[in-house]
Amino acid sequence: MNAGVLALDGVKIVEFGGYAAGPHVGKMLANFGATVVHVESMSRPDGFRMQYPPYKDDKPGINSGGCFTYFNDSKYGVTIDLKNPEGRKLARKLADWCDIVIENMRPGVIDRLGLGFEELRKSNPGLIMLSTCNMGQTGPRADTPGFGSQLSALAGFCGLTGAKDGPPMLLYGPYIDYVASTLGATAVLAALERRQRTGNGAYLDVSQYECGLLFLAGSLLEYHTSGKIAERAENDDPDAAPHGTYACLGEGWIALSCWSSEEFARLCGAIDRADLGRDPALATLAGRKAAAARINDALNAWTRDREAHEAARMLQAAGVHTHAVNSVADLFTDPQLIARRQWSRRRHPVIGDQAYCAPAFELSETPGDVTASGPVLGADNERVFRDFLGMSEDEFNAVRAQGATD
Amino acid sequence: MLQQTGRIGRGPSFSGSNMEPMLQGCMVLDYTGRMGWLAGRLLADLGAEVTKFEAQGADVSSADWRALNVNKRLVRVDPADPDGRRALDQYAATADILIATPATADEADLYDYARLSAVNKRLIVVAITPFGLTGPKTGWQATDIEIMAAGGAMALAGEPDGAPLRVSATQSYAWAGSQAAVGALMALAARWRTGRGQRVVVSAQSAVITALSHAPTFVDMLGITPTRAGAYMTGRSVTGAKYRVFWPCRDGYINFIVYGGAAGRRTNEQLVAWMRERGFDLGPLGDIDWARFTPTRASQAEVDSMELPIGRFIGSLTKREFLEEAHRREMLGYPVSNTADIAADPQLEARGFWQDLPGPDGTERHCGCFVVVDGVRPPLVRPADDTGKIRRQARET
Repeated sequence: MNAGVLALDGVKIVEFGGYAAGPHVGKMLANFGATVVHVESMSRPDGFRMQYPPYKDDKPGINSGGCFTYFNDSKYGVTIDLKNPEGRKLARKLADWCDIVIENMRPGVIDRLGLGFEELRKSNPGLIMLSTCNMGQTGPRADTPGFGSQLSALAGFCGLTGAKDGPPMLLYGPYIDYVASTLGATAVLAALERRQRTGNGAYLDVSQYECGLLFLAGSLLEYHTSGKIAERAENDDPDAAPHGTYACLGEGWIALSCWSSEEFARLCGAIDRADLGRDPALATLAGRKAAAARINDALNAWTRDREAHEAARMLQAAGVHTHAVNSVADLFTDPQLIARRQWSRRRHPVIGDQAYCAPAFELSETPGDVTASGPVLGADNERVFRDFLGMSEDEFNAVRAQGATD
Repeated sequence: MLQQTGRIGRGPSFSGSNMEPMLQGCMVLDYTGRMGWLAGRLLADLGAEVTKFEAQGADVSSADWRALNVNKRLVRVDPADPDGRRALDQYAATADILIATPATADEADLYDYARLSAVNKRLIVVAITPFGLTGPKTGWQATDIEIMAAGGAMALAGEPDGAPLRVSATQSYAWAGSQAAVGALMALAARWRTGRGQRVVVSAQSAVITALSHAPTFVDMLGITPTRAGAYMTGRSVTGAKYRVFWPCRDGYINFIVYGGAAGRRTNEQLVAWMRERGFDLGPLGDIDWARFTPTRASQAEVDSMELPIGRFIGSLTKREFLEEAHRREMLGYPVSNTADIAADPQLEARGFWQDLPGPDGTERHCGCFVVVDGVRPPLVRPADDTGKIRRQARET
């Protein structure tokens, strides 16, 4: 172990923007030691603060929203009025101080604020800047406003969810934003790697739409190659049978799949239907697909009297691919997630203790951590402007008096 | 002939060393199965030299394999064989990153970090598994559907009173692979500070939690468990009214929601103007003051009466018509695209997203690199299964 050494120790990041797509990149990097400053203003706080529940005790408030804090843990929070010339000067100082700027405004907005990449690199030539938006910075629809929840439909995800003869289905929240933030983090880290080698910065133009398509790359290549259009198929899979979800006792469900006749025989044995496992008509994938109703009846008869997690344990013990369909509440009690410390509780001045999401990967030598709750609005103005930027008390008071931090 | 990519983006004109690929010189060994393919693809697209190892005879013809292993060098060797194991150790001696999806005890031993770090202390070893390498479910078997279930995503997709659903194209592997790419590069950043590699363990179950947005906060803060919402948006009105999200149109569906707020106001005003221009009956829509409208107070009866004329209007449109006109009017909403719609989208064409590379039956059109760097989309430089191509070319000559 390198006690105290963090993967991104010394890397300084400033975020202009809000909601999920930009700030989630910063959170991922902050969890591994980057110093991340999230910029908002008093008049235009991050949209996740007031537009999205939940709130502490269900009472909306600028500092009581859990949606905002969930994506902004381990960061410093400052307020800068970017409509105020003094505020823009302050923002410029921050941009000169940092290694990486992350912004997710509509294309062109950051340029009009005088904080575009071309301008910033004049005084910070090694700067890395990530611009992430719906469509990317160029193209005929570059200026399209939009929410990730709807963009997930344009990128094909909703159309691929649901029954073949039914309507498309929603995915929870702005699904595609998190695809783009994950891929955006790889781009930022790759740019950092190049900067370590060459000293040069980079401008990274990320289209959330295009990122989403990487998650459907096989289906898209299939269409380009054969003309075959991918369709939603409920829970079916062309290479496995059975393959689906089955209702259990109460409100629980299990998901299971069989990828060979041997696995199917094990499943049949586990549910006391060895007769099905011996049936030669069910010994092939095609045979099992043709007899889906019969197999599903047998499975449902077994699962409906069993608690989902217990049923999953029994079938796993028999060597069958299975897991309970975890509810969101189950994610807090799943022993596997507890074992890998999926949730870190940190105290927020208004919300109190809140569970923050740990990274999906573990580094053996430089582990990540949630170091602090999400900041209250403007919580770190003095720390960031005085300690990080080195402003004197008089300078800080002067810019504050001029409304730069409103 | 590989497709040349020109400058398409905003940003500066870089020259000299700055134009070199971001991960130039980074050697990646990709020993993954399906769960990890995207990780190496992302690193390759960012400029790493990625070698994909497959056993002799392993099928590399599926669309998924080709789409996610393009831009990598293919080497046919089975690491389970003594020769393959020796080759692995030889490659590992000079590589930067090794990515694997160990599924058996033998594979866990083969890709064991302690063993490999003795070969190369600077090596970063990334292990991607359904549940990680420690904990009570480490040995559990899981494919996409079980991982999506374990990660909570299926509980949030489907009709409220119906079965939990997965996306019909595998997603959990993409979540795991992309998180593995982040982890690998995080370890690469750490190596500048420590001088050593390290082990990166990715839990696919945990990676899927990334997709849930802030749903866990409802449980944590209010004790409310979010559930699947089907094709409707709920929870927006104090009356409990539900709003339609997916609207049948002439050739599929449109995702459109009656929003409030500034963006909702513009969208609603433009929709009414568009309907009026087309001569559609507005019903109650014509009398609504959108500046004062708030969806949080509408009753179900009011929502239904609003949605009736909207449904008739959207039913008259094609997906492409809606996409183009909604953009022109700066309205929120998108068509529910299928792969054919996406393939024909002029936005993607204009940004040079697709890249054509040689394939077994002519040209293959791939998704390009996900990011435009310094105004240029990094080109895919190696076709999928290029050794096969070399063999074919040798036969032809």
